[in-house]
Amino acid sequence: MSALIEVEHLSRYFGKICAVNDISFKLSKGEVLGFLGVNGAGKTTTMQMLSGCLAPSQGIIKINDYNILKDPLLAKQSLGYLPDTPPLYKDLTVKEYLHYCAQIHAIPKQRINAALDTVFSRCGLTSVTNRLISHLSKGFQQRIGIAQAIVHNPDLIILDEPTIGLDPIQIIEIRALIKELGKNHGVILSTHILNEVQETCTHVQIIHQGKLIVKESIDTINKSINESSVIFKTTRPIDKQILLTIPGVQNLEVLSNNEFKINFNHSHDLTQQIAEIIIKQDWGLIEISPVKKNLETLFIASTEEPA
Amino acid sequence: MIIGIAAQEFKSHFKTPMAWVLLAVLQIILGYIFLTQVETFDLMQVKLASIEGAPGLTDIIVTPLFSNAAIILLLVTPLLTMRVICEERRNKTLTLLLAAPISNMQIIIGKYLGTLTLLWLIVMLIALMPLSLLMGGELDIGKYLANVLALILLVAAFTATGIFLSTIASHPTIAAMGTFGILLILWLFNISKTISDQPNELVEYLSLLNHYQNIQTGLINSADILYFFLFVATFIVLSISCLNKQRLQK
Repeated sequence: MSALIEVEHLSRYFGKICAVNDISFKLSKGEVLGFLGVNGAGKTTTMQMLSGCLAPSQGIIKINDYNILKDPLLAKQSLGYLPDTPPLYKDLTVKEYLHYCAQIHAIPKQRINAALDTVFSRCGLTSVTNRLISHLSKGFQQRIGIAQAIVHNPDLIILDEPTIGLDPIQIIEIRALIKELGKNHGVILSTHILNEVQETCTHVQIIHQGKLIVKESIDTINKSINESSVIFKTTRPIDKQILLTIPGVQNLEVLSNNEFKINFNHSHDLTQQIAEIIIKQDWGLIEISPVKKNLETLFIASTEEPA
Repeated sequence: MIIGIAAQEFKSHFKTPMAWVLLAVLQIILGYIFLTQVETFDLMQVKLASIEGAPGLTDIIVTPLFSNAAIILLLVTPLLTMRVICEERRNKTLTLLLAAPISNMQIIIGKYLGTLTLLWLIVMLIALMPLSLLMGGELDIGKYLANVLALILLVAAFTATGIFLSTIASHPTIAAMGTFGILLILWLFNISKTISDQPNELVEYLSLLNHYQNIQTGLINSADILYFFLFVATFIVLSISCLNKQRLQK
C-alpha cells in the first residue's frame, strides 16, 4: 500500500530559531501515529505544515502522492485537521457550522445532510445540533472541532491535542473514536498524555528540540521497554560474577540487601535464563519479575538526553 | 465554493449587531439628507421656474444625496471590512479555510463578495429613496441610474481596500484606521485641482472623487469604469498575495 502521507526532510525556521529540524516519516492507512514531545518541541509547527497552513522552509510533504505545495487543493482534499485551538465560528449553531465545513470541503449538496447525521452521532453531538457554539462547554466545543475534521471523511486526519479539556468519560469516548477512525483512515495525533498514545496509537514518534528522536511502532516499544531489565529477590547471598557472565547482561545493581536488578540488552529476553541460573545455584529465589517500564520512562529518558 | 464563502460572510455580518445598527443609522442620516434636499427644491422651485435650462429635480435632489452617501459610506465601509480576515486570524478560525481544499483566491474573493453584497444592499436602500419622488414628479432616469452605478462602483473600490488592510493588519482597529486613511487620501487628491492652477494629472487621475463625480454627471466614460475595475483588481490581487505570504513567514 502506498503511503497516505510522506514527509521528507521537513524543516522550519522562525528567523534563526529552528522549530523543526529535518523530520522524515511515512504513514499508511490503518495506522494511528502518536506525536509526543515536551512543550515547544515543534509538534504544533509540524502539524501546521502537514495541514498546509504553514509553508515549510525545506522538505517535501506529500498527501496521497500530491505535493502540498504544488497541488495544495488536491492534497487537502484528503485531509482533516483539528488545530490546537478549534476553529469555531462561535455565533453559529452546531448544525450551521458543520454545514459550512461540509460545504467548503466540497461535499455535494445532496450528501451533506447524511454526512452531518453521521458526524453528529460519531462525536456525540446529536443533542446540541441547534445550540449556539458559544453557549456550549469546552468539551463540546472540542468535539465540534473533531467533527469538523472528519465531516468530509478524509483519508488523513490530523488532530492536535484532541482530548484537551474533555472529562474522563469523554476522553474514553474520543479515544474509542480515534481507534475506530484508525481502522479505515490514517490518523496523526499529538498529545501530552502518554497513556493515550499507548492506548490508541499504533506508532509513536517523539520529537525533541525539533528533531525526531524516537520513531517506532507501539509493539516494538512495548517489547523494548518491558524486557530491558529484571528485578529479583533471594534469601541467600549471590555470586554476582556468574550472572554477569551471561551474554547480553549489561550490569547488576544491588537495590537492597537481597534485592537485585539486572539490566540487559534490549534484543534478548534473559528473564528465563536468569531464573534458571538462580535456581540451579540454589540462592533461594523468592521473587523475580521483568520491570514494566512505561512510555513515560522512555519519554523522559529520550528527551533528557537527545540522541 | 466562492458563493458558499460569500454567503457565510454575508450572514456573519448579521450575526452581530454591527450590520443592523449601521443599516439603521445610515438610513436615518440619509433619509434626513434626502428630506432636506426635497425641502430645498421646494423653496427654490419658484426661482427655478423663471430660469431657462435650470437644474431639475434630479440635479438638486439625487446628485447631492449620492454625493453625501459616498462620504458617509467612506466612513462606514472600514467598520464593516475591518473584521473580515483580521478577526478570523485572531480567533484562529482562518485555519479552517486554510486547511480546506480551497485556494486563497477563493477565500479572498468569497469574503469580498460577501461583504460587498451587504454594501450593495445599503446602496439599494439609498437608491429607493429618490424613487419615491416619482409619485409627484419626474426623474431623469438616466442620470439617476448613473448615480446608482457610480455608488455601486465606489463601494466596490472601498470594500477591496478594506479587505486588503484587513488581510495585513494584526488588529481590526488598525485595519479600519488604515482603510480610512487610504480612502480619505485618495478622496482628497481631488483638492489639488482646486488649489493650484496646473493640477498634477497623475494625482488627479488617482482621485476616487474625480471618477465618481464624472459618472455622477451621467456621462459614463469607459475610462472611469476601468479605473474602478483596476482599483478593485489591484487590492484583491494584493490581498491574495498577502494571504499567500502569511504561510511563508510568521
